[in-house]
Amino acid sequence: MSAQHDAAQAVESYAGERYKYGFVTDVEADSAPPGLDHDTIRFISAKKGEPEWLLAWRIKAFERWLQMEDEEPTWAKLHYPPIDYQDACYYSAPKSDADRPKSLDEVDPELLKTYEKLGIPLQEQEMLAGVAVDAVFDSVSVATTFKDKLAEMGIIFCSISEAVKEHPALVQRYLGSVVPYSDNFFATLNSAVFTDGSFVYVPKGVRCPMELSTYFRINAANTGQFERTLIIADEGSYVSYLEGCTAPMRDENQLHAAVVELVALDDAEIKYSTVQNWYPGDAEGRGGIYNFVTKRGACRGANAKISWTQVETGSAITWKYPSCILQGDNSVGEFYSIAITNNRQQADTGTKMIHIGRNTRSRIVSKGIAAGRSDSTYRGLVRVQPKAEGARNHTQCDSLLIGDTCGAHTVPYIESRNPTARVEHEATTSKISEDQLFYCRQRGIEEEDAVALIVNGFCREVLQELPMEFAVEAQKLVAISLEGSVG
Amino acid sequence: MPGPRTIPFDYPAPGAGPAVALPGAGTPWLDALRADARGLSANGLPGTRMEAWKYTSLAPLAELDFSPPPAHEAEASESADPFDAVAGPCAVFVNGRFSAARSRLDSLPAGLRVTGLAQALADDPAGVEGLIGGTGALNGEPLAAFNAAFAADGCIVETAEGVEIEEPLRLRFAASPGVAPLAWHPRVVVRLGAGSRLTLVEGHDGPAGAATWSNPLADIALGGDATLSHVKLQVEGPDAYHTALTRAALAGGARYESHLLALGARLARHEIHVRLEGEGAACWLGGGYMARGSQHVDNTTVIDHAVPNCESREVYKGVLDDTARGVFQGKIIVRKDAQKTDGHQLNRTLLLSRKAEIDTKPELEIYADDVKCSHGATAGEPEAEQLFYLRSRGLDHRTALALIVEGFMCDMMEEVPHEGVRAVLIERVAAWIDGGGCP
Repeated sequence: MSAQHDAAQAVESYAGERYKYGFVTDVEADSAPPGLDHDTIRFISAKKGEPEWLLAWRIKAFERWLQMEDEEPTWAKLHYPPIDYQDACYYSAPKSDADRPKSLDEVDPELLKTYEKLGIPLQEQEMLAGVAVDAVFDSVSVATTFKDKLAEMGIIFCSISEAVKEHPALVQRYLGSVVPYSDNFFATLNSAVFTDGSFVYVPKGVRCPMELSTYFRINAANTGQFERTLIIADEGSYVSYLEGCTAPMRDENQLHAAVVELVALDDAEIKYSTVQNWYPGDAEGRGGIYNFVTKRGACRGANAKISWTQVETGSAITWKYPSCILQGDNSVGEFYSIAITNNRQQADTGTKMIHIGRNTRSRIVSKGIAAGRSDSTYRGLVRVQPKAEGARNHTQCDSLLIGDTCGAHTVPYIESRNPTARVEHEATTSKISEDQLFYCRQRGIEEEDAVALIVNGFCREVLQELPMEFAVEAQKLVAISLEGSVG
Repeated sequence: MPGPRTIPFDYPAPGAGPAVALPGAGTPWLDALRADARGLSANGLPGTRMEAWKYTSLAPLAELDFSPPPAHEAEASESADPFDAVAGPCAVFVNGRFSAARSRLDSLPAGLRVTGLAQALADDPAGVEGLIGGTGALNGEPLAAFNAAFAADGCIVETAEGVEIEEPLRLRFAASPGVAPLAWHPRVVVRLGAGSRLTLVEGHDGPAGAATWSNPLADIALGGDATLSHVKLQVEGPDAYHTALTRAALAGGARYESHLLALGARLARHEIHVRLEGEGAACWLGGGYMARGSQHVDNTTVIDHAVPNCESREVYKGVLDDTARGVFQGKIIVRKDAQKTDGHQLNRTLLLSRKAEIDTKPELEIYADDVKCSHGATAGEPEAEQLFYLRSRGLDHRTALALIVEGFMCDMMEEVPHEGVRAVLIERVAAWIDGGGCP
């Protein structure tokens, strides 16, 4: 009884807390005027000095998007006022973009300060062995490190705008090959107006020696962020990619519609890890980020593997389903997810595993934690196509509810068209038991620490999938996200 | 690509002849209800773009010109009564219309009342209003609107408080296909008095012939501590369409058990909504479905835990052969105050053919924190180890497979409490297997 009561009180007290990473950097943005029409797209394309084919592709996407007016997804368990897409600003670059810095010394000091506040000082990053950082401030990459070292091995790691200029053949071949321009409402919007993102190409047989990492940072008022990331792992290669985000405090909702495409050829492996901690809005849910992301990986070749790991703690609204298309025989897809919602946050997230090739395997582990007045939904699809002989899937979805004003939902779709396939799904919903809390408390552990401990234990299967650097950060984040939410 | 939201559907088909007068016409509340419902039915059939109908397309149904059966009793072909051997009272409906001559309702046990709906509407329309009145009853269910608009008959089953009725009450819906496609919409109302117990055996049978569409709607209300064991066997012919909605509301301490065996029809949907409205209520939903050829069988259930301390258990098992397609959509809702809810759900499907398909969507929607809820789903062919075990004991492949399938399905049928009814179901499972279910 008392734990229940304390929990409710604690949730209320947390509501008063401020977002730890809420601050705004004052950098004059070089933005496109708000609104979206053919001119906006031409502006973005011209601004980035893009070739004709890319502009044509954007226009094609935009025209498709205009026809999709009634295709904005409504099936997710999310509630938000209608978005006025004409009210958003579709391009914003730091002022110094016209004169790109050659080294960190030339980078706008305001920017560097922002990173420092976030705890990712670039200068130190360079010295930290094994981590190269392609930092994205608003929409344009301003600094890329360790490029030379990677270049020696033939690995391309740069912003996608740079890749368009330097490696147009690769970009043209793979861009939109996993998430076509007409894929869905948000992906189509992204195809029309994407500003920047990361591009990675790992050549045949190369094992990328370090974790590649991009920190996204949303800034500048009223700017939608439209990242576009493309990662290609050629035959027999391996790459681990980290994506992590925090954002400054803001009153108006910010739209984020990213697209991430992964392509793994024969025997290649891509490990994609995300820690998402964007501003979730205040206690009433005002001002948080709207995160509508399309992430999809294609295991094109035999024995390819794509593994998604995500820790989702931020954003007012999360709409995100990192998926794997398992085309190659014996290819493997994995999805490990932790989604934590508090206050008024809403998360509708999960995955799709499309088994096409023979003996394809997939594994889904989803941990949803809901507190406050939030809603957390797992929505996933496992589809076994007729030719996927011997396909295997195991899905495990666990939800943890903290307090009696939140909701946890599980909506798995299973479509099996091959009798040799074995598909298994399990889901449970529970709460932190008073016994567990009592056990910790009587050993002198503070209530809040006890909850963090128990929740971390609940998430362990997913946390251990994260690369070392991220795992430490993520564990802290799990604790911070629930701070005060339970006794 | 998303399908249509609704499928245009003219019912009754234009040129079907003069409309048959519905019972109780001229009663203001009923006329109003039917007019509203007809307005809703004019929207057409639900399309696959509606989430609840994502996996079941009614497009083939919409291509047929259905009309209500003529008022006189059909004389055409009929199948044998599957529960012939089960003693006890029986209400028989032919093409959705109550047939007094075929029913055995003369010596009902004390405390049990069974009335034909058309009869009740003729005798006491005001008394029926409380049972089927109010457009709220449609509750956005597109096919319930067809039933409300066009139900020509049905029945009302009532028990007095505290009575325990041993013999099962049977409701037999026999199809007698005509030359043109026929449709009927029987409406069943079950009211169990507090503390009473009843076994209700619902059978739907019919021979091959012209297309039929049966669209029954059952509303069940269980008083405090009442127990209903509801068995349904669906063995309609290969040209039948069957779309059933059963809604049960349970008062405190009540128990609802549903046992389904679905074998027939070209396309069948068995939708069950259970609302646990009083503390201590419990429900068991057990379902078995076996389909072959190009059959399509859909089981959709919603269990709504509206209050604390209720329990629900749900197990659906299916066997699919040839190009048959199975659908299972099971939703458990736990409302905000429904603490201490205990809800478990399982769907298992055996695929016997390369081209069979199962689409499963077990869904949890939970708003209370102190609950135990789980669901599970598996789909695949019979385990190689099981087959090997049997083969190593000298059984041929076919026999071994038959044994596995029988064990898999009969597990479900064993849950049926009434011995005679259980025996019929087990026999049906065995017969299905003999019919070529095992290659």
